[in-house]
Amino acid sequence: MSKYEAVIGLEVHVELKTNTKLYCGCSTAFGKEPNTQVCPVCLGLPGSTGVLNRKAVELATKAGLALNCEIETYTWFDRKNYYYPDLPKGYQISQVFRPIAHNGYLDIEVDGRNKRIHIRRAHLEEDPGKLTHSGSSITTSHSSCVDYNRSGIPLIEIVSEPEISSGAEAKAYLEKLKAILEYAGVSDVKMEQGSLRCDANVSVRPLGTSTLGTKTEIKNMNSFRAVERAIEYEIERQIEVLEDGGEIIQETRGWDENKGITVAMRNKENPDYRCFMDQEIAHIELTPEWIEGVRATLPELPDARRKRLIEEHGLPAYDAEIITSSLDLAEFFDAVYAEFPDAKTISNWIMGELLRLLNARNMELFEAKVTPKYFAKLLELIKKGTISNKIGKEVFEQMFETGQDPERIVKDKGLVQISDEGQLASILTEVIAKNPKSVADFQSGKEQALGFLVGQVMKATKGQANPGLVNSMLRKMLSQNNSG
Amino acid sequence: MELTSLPIHQLHDLMVKKEISCLELTRAYLDRISQIEERIKAFLTVTAEEALEQARKIDEQRARGEKLSPLAGIPVAVKDDICTAGIKTTCASKILYNYIPPVDATVVKKLKEAGSIIVGKSNMDEFSMGSSTENSAFYPTRNPFDYDRAPGGSSGGSAAAVAAGEAAFALGSDTGGGIRQPAAFCGVIGLKPTYGRVSRSGLISHASSLDQIGPFTSDVRDLAQILNVICGPDSQDSISAQVDVPDFTQSLTVDIKGLRIGLPREYFGVGLDSRIRAQIQEAAYKLEELGAICEEVSLPHTEYAVTAHYIISCAEASSNLARYDGVRYGLRVDTEDVLSMFKKTRAQGFGSEVKRRIMLGTLNLSAFYYDTYYSEALKVRTLNRHDFARAFEKYDCLLTPASLTTAFKLGEKAEDPLAMYQSNVCTLPANLAGLPAMSLPFGTIEGMPVGLQLIARHFDEETLLKVGYALEQINFS
Amino acid sequence: MKITEKDVEQLATVSRLELTAEDVSAYTKYLNTALDYMDKLKKLDTSKVEPAQQVLPVKNVFREDTVEASLEKELALANAPEVEEGSFKVPRIVL
Repeated sequence: MSKYEAVIGLEVHVELKTNTKLYCGCSTAFGKEPNTQVCPVCLGLPGSTGVLNRKAVELATKAGLALNCEIETYTWFDRKNYYYPDLPKGYQISQVFRPIAHNGYLDIEVDGRNKRIHIRRAHLEEDPGKLTHSGSSITTSHSSCVDYNRSGIPLIEIVSEPEISSGAEAKAYLEKLKAILEYAGVSDVKMEQGSLRCDANVSVRPLGTSTLGTKTEIKNMNSFRAVERAIEYEIERQIEVLEDGGEIIQETRGWDENKGITVAMRNKENPDYRCFMDQEIAHIELTPEWIEGVRATLPELPDARRKRLIEEHGLPAYDAEIITSSLDLAEFFDAVYAEFPDAKTISNWIMGELLRLLNARNMELFEAKVTPKYFAKLLELIKKGTISNKIGKEVFEQMFETGQDPERIVKDKGLVQISDEGQLASILTEVIAKNPKSVADFQSGKEQALGFLVGQVMKATKGQANPGLVNSMLRKMLSQNNSG
Repeated sequence: MELTSLPIHQLHDLMVKKEISCLELTRAYLDRISQIEERIKAFLTVTAEEALEQARKIDEQRARGEKLSPLAGIPVAVKDDICTAGIKTTCASKILYNYIPPVDATVVKKLKEAGSIIVGKSNMDEFSMGSSTENSAFYPTRNPFDYDRAPGGSSGGSAAAVAAGEAAFALGSDTGGGIRQPAAFCGVIGLKPTYGRVSRSGLISHASSLDQIGPFTSDVRDLAQILNVICGPDSQDSISAQVDVPDFTQSLTVDIKGLRIGLPREYFGVGLDSRIRAQIQEAAYKLEELGAICEEVSLPHTEYAVTAHYIISCAEASSNLARYDGVRYGLRVDTEDVLSMFKKTRAQGFGSEVKRRIMLGTLNLSAFYYDTYYSEALKVRTLNRHDFARAFEKYDCLLTPASLTTAFKLGEKAEDPLAMYQSNVCTLPANLAGLPAMSLPFGTIEGMPVGLQLIARHFDEETLLKVGYALEQINFS
Repeated sequence: MKITEKDVEQLATVSRLELTAEDVSAYTKYLNTALDYMDKLKKLDTSKVEPAQQVLPVKNVFREDTVEASLEKELALANAPEVEEGSFKVPRIVL
């Protein structure tokens, strides 16, 4: 379609799930009053000295292992020097020369094609503080305010090889990365709280060539969808520039979500960070035994889980992909399955009803009140014929909102399916009497007339009649009428 | 005898015997300060009220019959690069002219727990960059032996305070000789412990891999008492040494028979005042009389070590001083935008020597020069370490001059920053290798004290104390 | 001269130091002297020498992941040149 191909690498910052910061004991809790979770270390006060958080090293190792990386047995920290008001020490303590993890990969699937994206490195570093601008944007503000609550929060930066070729692949990479890190328990990976951030390096080159084109770095993307759109836009923009005989300028560009375009950011040239080994934080030596110990704590990861759902439960690949895309959902599936071992039915209900309601209400699974136990009970009620599928959906909505026991909902609302032939017979007789034309139509061979009559019965019973039973009883009664 | 000229252990005895109270002692020191400080200028801040309040508390403890620890009630001067909660800590820089730390440095906590009375914050070269205390942004300190001469630096205020009887002991910091050279100039004892032996938490960084806090005292016994208090691992300092601390007073013995002492020939070369050379030889001779074996040894990379030290210390300083940007504390020059605020604040807040070193350090770490200078300097650091390691295979301790000259005149070297740096050739190598080293007064030349230096293996401060104690006995006899 | 006045101006910007014209020429002179001095290292053959890393080897010093008290907000902001609504206020950001 195009004479060009895109070369994309992603740099993803992920906040590690620790109680305290990387080099001090201040809390990492989100959304607290500004500058209430700070101390001499994370404020960069003169003379302050930090000590490394053991849990952060464990989680970074775990993340590296989950991403199939090699873990360095000897690492240290380096200083990345630059000035910015949110950077309290005038340098960031990071791992420049020897990242804790390198040379890993993750597999994605886009349009039915599988692709392996390699991970160059993953390293530990500290987050800077947070700036708020008085005006509507950084350029129009006459002043800004700094909150250092974020300062020192442990991050891992995960750098992919430039092996991604489209916005869709980038989105798939991020979704997989998110799922893996979530499964591994190393991060909450919530983009809206800033616990996952992504920058993209994008370049294009004529198809069939191997030298890399000049790249731009895209920032300010606040959702996976935004990453996808921004990259697609940037690829088109670069191709247009080249087609017009222009040159790509190496620069940092910001994504403007409202306008749907990338814009060059002022003064964001690539500075010389003057990196050198930090002398104030002790080095890290990890033994192979310790690393294997961390590996042993890794739970089943998305790919393995997906495979299990397909191979052991016979789910279609599409269903398995969706169910394993989030740990919560996969756990929910397993919990329902433990009580109601019919994988396809569960999957249909999860994808049909549960996800529909979550999307409609813009909610996360943990916010919904329905429990796996009641979910299974509902499916059981339908299977036994206590309620119809249709009534089941109604019951489910109520369970979703209130977390109530489906049996109780059915009982309270009198939704139990009418399967008593005696009770149904009188209703049927009445419907037959009231609809002579439809009866005649059916009897003259128009099958669809039966459907109308069933519908009338359902209406008369407020949907509670067992539709299968109504159907067969009607046939029987109408053929009797006909012959008589 | 004036109280302010007695060593700590005697003051302690007087308080234990109730011949003096802590309040009397503190007042004696504060009186001495008000009498002589105008001429010495050893302090940037005198904390008279706080000191008197602490003294009363110590007296109350004593009245309750509580046992006084060896440093309880003893007045101390703390260098102004060591954080003191609620007390201004400026590093003798305009950029921190109003900075009040919210917490104490670990050493200060330890001194307070031991009951020491902080009488003030002592003057220094701005951010410890200098060897004369003339680089203080506020005023120079004068040498108590000759007011026209420098007290040395960077911890010149601490050395002068002890020499002038304004404090019974003092804390300083040593990045390239910042304790030992002023101790030599002011005729007091100064010790730079092994790197990591004393917590660096709360010490305002100049060059992180070289800085070390240490004490100034008037005798070796006092030194041992102070080391007992301030040394040891600290959970706040990631790189504080996880090494057990002995009872240093056990080293106070003149038994140095069979001890092997090396005299590195590179420390006795060009630029050394021949009279100082004679003094050190005299010391070596006396030590031999006590049974030690003194021999010449070579540390071949000494000359390069000075250059490497310069490159490394400036590089680290350029990064350590990046935090002074006017956002969170200290000086801010108000402007329209952040960039010019940073530039103006730093231009006005830092003195010229500090700015020179920031510029040079920034250059050293730049991608273009990193391999040529910084990386090479780190290699020389390795060679310097090997030099010492080889020497210590054969010798228990090294004896050198602490300075090439006695105290120079104020203003004499101020114009030539590199010459000023080079004057620390005797002290810089021990910082580069992280070794413990002490400076001890040994005689005078034209009324000015001569300092000799002892360097020992990592964590072997005990040998320094032992040899120092022996030399002290020789001095007194 | 290895270092030009233009280099010095750039270094000053990187170091966030505003220099006067006089400063620039003084620093240019100083930095060139310093570089000459530092060039002394070139006399040494260091091809087989490893750069020093830590002063003394210290490794695996960790803090447990337990929350400790932060500074009181007033104390955290006590030294701030300018405060607005509990935050450190800075002028317009242009870098």
